Amino acid sequence: MITTEEIKKLAKLSRMEVSDEEIESLKSQADSILGYVGKIQGISAEADIGLPSLRNVFREDAATHAANEYTEAILSEAPSREGGYIKVKKILS
Amino acid sequence: MIDLSNLTIVIARKKLDAREFSAVELSKEYLDAIKAKDADLHAYLEIYDDVIAQAQAADERIGRGESLPLLGIPLAIKDNILITGKRASSASKILEGYVATYDATVIGKLKAQGAVFLGRTNMDEFALGGSTENSAYGSTKNPYDLDRVPGGTSGGSAAAVSAGIALGALGSDTGGSVRQPSSFCGVVGLKPTYGCVSRSGLMAAVSSFDQIGPIAKTVTDAEMIYEAIKGTDPLDSTTITETTHAKREAKKSYVIGVPRKLIDAEGIDPGVKENFDMALQKLAELGFEITDIDLPSIEYCLPLYYILNFAEVSSNLARFDGVKYGLHADGKDLLGDYVKTRGQGFGPETRRRILLGTYVLSSGYYDAYYGKAQAAREALKKEFTEAFDHVDFVATPTSPIPAWKIGEKHDPLSMYLADIFTVTANIVGLPAISLPSGFTEVEGKQLPLGLQFMAPHAAEHILFDVGKKFLGEVI
Repeated sequence: MITTEEIKKLAKLSRMEVSDEEIESLKSQADSILGYVGKIQGISAEADIGLPSLRNVFREDAATHAANEYTEAILSEAPSREGGYIKVKKILS
Repeated sequence: MIDLSNLTIVIARKKLDAREFSAVELSKEYLDAIKAKDADLHAYLEIYDDVIAQAQAADERIGRGESLPLLGIPLAIKDNILITGKRASSASKILEGYVATYDATVIGKLKAQGAVFLGRTNMDEFALGGSTENSAYGSTKNPYDLDRVPGGTSGGSAAAVSAGIALGALGSDTGGSVRQPSSFCGVVGLKPTYGCVSRSGLMAAVSSFDQIGPIAKTVTDAEMIYEAIKGTDPLDSTTITETTHAKREAKKSYVIGVPRKLIDAEGIDPGVKENFDMALQKLAELGFEITDIDLPSIEYCLPLYYILNFAEVSSNLARFDGVKYGLHADGKDLLGDYVKTRGQGFGPETRRRILLGTYVLSSGYYDAYYGKAQAAREALKKEFTEAFDHVDFVATPTSPIPAWKIGEKHDPLSMYLADIFTVTANIVGLPAISLPSGFTEVEGKQLPLGLQFMAPHAAEHILFDVGKKFLGEVI
């Protein structure tokens, strides 16, 4: 049985606000879903993932576009900005 | 007047090249059809305002004598695939106002061919669901019965093709999201081999499962879109090359494996079973050999799929924080901004999966869930490799049940169980196709059903070959 405290802890770890009302419905849903996916424990296979077939996926360390080519387009998506920076609330007091 | 109901990409290509109609005329017909039908269906979240301009550009190229398979062909694009300068939201409130800053690789390839993008289609938020009911912008309706779901998560794309308001479409498939809505809407849907089509510019849901795939009226049309979008991409390190997987030759006759235990499992609709047996009979008449196969780990396919799905979703969706783009809700400090933005921006199913993903990845539970799921995934991969020594492909129904009524499934788990036949291809990375296989009558309405084939890695050509034979398409 998953508890209210556990849901609250998961919400905190997920950086996500969850209302008390939602916690109640999540408790029973989580129980039935985790009960179902928990059947996985019946499998006898051991994690034998082995080595993946490795290959080099790195590109050459070279410029792929002109400086500032995308800066304005990307920064203009930010909810809050100041000049060439994304603006957030201060984290050190 | 162009007859859109019988139009395919193949026919449109011929008529565009023969100047029987122009790309502008074709696109105008589609815009009119959208106006007439989409108020009921809600397949589209947005119709682009530059459709005619795109079609004009295609006409200019046709005028210069160019002929590319998709030049001037009007397509619908799922709302989680980026097109520069266009909105893309994954049907989520958390991406409210977001405008794509680059083209997905598949979009770049379609633009190079001169395809015309009609608009972006509705979906389950972040491709999490199976009915398009999880969209923050309302459900899409099934063209065969407006009270029913079109399937999901690419429900808007499948409904658009089915209703004749797009000639073809792109969807994405994480656990059946191209194939299942295709079966619910009576069209063809392909999930390519993992890594065959670049995921650059596709919003990530479950990175080890996601693939972009075509939805079309015929196998030949689906193949044309697939040929246009596939290929190795330096921007997606998981893309494969021509030599990654062993080549398999197309044959005159094939051996079809049927995982009988899975099909005889509880919860499979009798109408679906009957339709599947009829499909097998038809395949036998076409000269295919049919044999039962045993895949012992397949009974764990849904638990393993959902554990990995929750885990990867919880980490992939960590990027939505109200700082870089999309919705921002104000808290008392930076942490408060995150917590409020994510609390308000994500819908109920997305929130559920983020929390469950955080649970299965937390220390103490990791080995029992994530570790076991990885082991089961490896076991299932091995079993398929062995099965493909004896059979050329595997057949199942696409979905255990036909399209359900909008709002009928309240319990999230019951929705998950409807993915029983489709998740395996994503777990193992196999290509799989859903073909229209007939209808079942439910409450006086004819509802489409689908037949699914799964082939070995990189054997899409076998799926196309068998699909054309099954549907009687001229090869």
